[in-house]
Amino acid sequence: MTNAKVFQISRFLKTIEVELVNIRESPAEIQNFFKKSDEKKRSRFLKKILGDKNLGDIVFERLTLLFAVLVFLLVLFMAWEMYSNSELSINKFGWKFLITTTWDPYAENFSALPMIFGTIVSSLLALIIAVPLGLSVAIFLAELAPAWLEKPLSFLTELLAAIPSVVYGLWGIFVLVPWLRDVVEPFLQNQFPNSPFFQGAPYGYDMLAGGVILSIMVLPIISSISRDVLKSVPDPLREAAYGLGATKWEVTKTVFTNARSGILGAIILGFGRAVGETMAVVMVIGSRPQITASILKPASTIAGALANEFSEASSDLYLSALIELALILFVITIIINIFARLLVWGTERRWK
Amino acid sequence: MEITTKHLTYYRRKATNVIMLSFSFIAAIITIVPLFLVFYYTVKEGATYLNLDFFTKLPTPIGEPGGGMVNAIVGTLILIGIGGGIGIPVGMLSGIYLSEFGKNKFGALVRFLADVMSGIPSIVVGVVAYTLVVLPMKHFSALAGGVALAILMIPTITRTTEEMIKLVPHSYREAGLALGISKWKTSLFIVLKTAWKGIATGILLGLARAAGETAPLLFTALGNRFWSTNIFRPIASLTVFIYEYSKAPFKDWNEQAWTAALVLIMLISVLSLVFKFITRSKY
Repeated sequence: MTNAKVFQISRFLKTIEVELVNIRESPAEIQNFFKKSDEKKRSRFLKKILGDKNLGDIVFERLTLLFAVLVFLLVLFMAWEMYSNSELSINKFGWKFLITTTWDPYAENFSALPMIFGTIVSSLLALIIAVPLGLSVAIFLAELAPAWLEKPLSFLTELLAAIPSVVYGLWGIFVLVPWLRDVVEPFLQNQFPNSPFFQGAPYGYDMLAGGVILSIMVLPIISSISRDVLKSVPDPLREAAYGLGATKWEVTKTVFTNARSGILGAIILGFGRAVGETMAVVMVIGSRPQITASILKPASTIAGALANEFSEASSDLYLSALIELALILFVITIIINIFARLLVWGTERRWK
Repeated sequence: MEITTKHLTYYRRKATNVIMLSFSFIAAIITIVPLFLVFYYTVKEGATYLNLDFFTKLPTPIGEPGGGMVNAIVGTLILIGIGGGIGIPVGMLSGIYLSEFGKNKFGALVRFLADVMSGIPSIVVGVVAYTLVVLPMKHFSALAGGVALAILMIPTITRTTEEMIKLVPHSYREAGLALGISKWKTSLFIVLKTAWKGIATGILLGLARAAGETAPLLFTALGNRFWSTNIFRPIASLTVFIYEYSKAPFKDWNEQAWTAALVLIMLISVLSLVFKFITRSKY
């Protein structure tokens, strides 16, 4: 330490000492400290605690920092809150909660597996329908559509995402389910009479209905994110492909290959959305926790079980089992989202 | 021989081109079909009960025709009011932090968490609001529903605020600082004011999404068939009414569910129009 620094520090300590003595001797001065006309003393004191910065700047930075920390803590707090409230069920069932296949509120025997199965199968069904359509739309919007068509079409696909999911559910009950029951499901059974996937009386409220309604809801996500990813691929790549004599479709394929990890990210984000979607699914899926190969039988999803049973949970164990279900859903979606975000960020950054 | 093969390849490539491109066009058409179907049915079925009574009367008991959902319309507004009251300041201030001071590791972490948070299912947020507000208070309340909606809004508002502030040209900030205005005043009264329009759009997006949420309200705000504006009591909302009325075995309830859906969509549209009007450019 240099002499100058030691001197500085000792001077600083001395000022504090003087202040303390002042304060002790005359308490009225504390209240008046900031009002007092002793400008020199005041500014010196403020400079000591603030450095070169303005008081407003410090307050502003700390205040916004506080709220940023709040957002950060919120995520951790959510996980902790659910964990602590589901301890009863975690202690009672342990890992069996994820393995056994019965969900029986009367016998107080709970297992998440049928719901996890229903959630994943209905989401995969949604992807089977939505991925080819969504990617085609993305290609159309990013590569083919003229500007006058692209804007309104993008707007319309994004409008699909703005409709509340309960309205989709309502539409599902009165339009989609009857149509599936009377047209699509008998057709599937006639075409594939022996397939294990299409067994059971066509009832309309089943896994298939859940998958179809989910596919409508994840389509906008898949198409709009893939469109952005495709657009972030730089034009020289396209020009090079055209220069080699490629047709428009071949150029699109090249662009597509270069954007594939981002597009995978978009698909996974869509999957994450499907996994967490509640209202539209619970209204059409039939809500029966069972594991069957047939997609024409009712099923149940994690989110659906929560929506149906939460306000009716009669015992503490039942409630804590439901909260554990929510925790499982939380963990699944967090993992899916982190993975997908990393993929999308990676591709978009690659071209910057 | 050589030439024919070349020609074949050429025509095959041409044909693939046309087929695949028209497929993607057809897919674009198919995608917007459900949108029109949903709109068509909502307007067609919802028009039956769309009259003055719907906006001024309370729901009638089972079996009695007529009635309206004035309590649900007001309830939805109260719920998004509470949600916005908590969510907008938190979201905006954390967004300001990210854009003004967030060029460090902590900023990147918060940004990432906000993105991840926007993917958390709304029903999980509902469960958290239940354990946070309903369990300690021992009864369902509008406040719990509002808290759930606030948590759902925060990530959208945070990220839009950040993005919009980043769009403000750096010269504005420099001009402010060059005039000797302190940094926080420059941020609040010059940069934020310039970005305000975009931020308001983000807030609107958050509010509109909150107005359409059902899942987090089912076991927080619960629903209420009577008039109530007490935020410590259960409160009605349009979305929960749609859910319950659509499941009910009564024809007129089902029809009212469609009307509620129509009113909900209208409410969301009006909300966006009002915001557009407020934030329209004055220059």
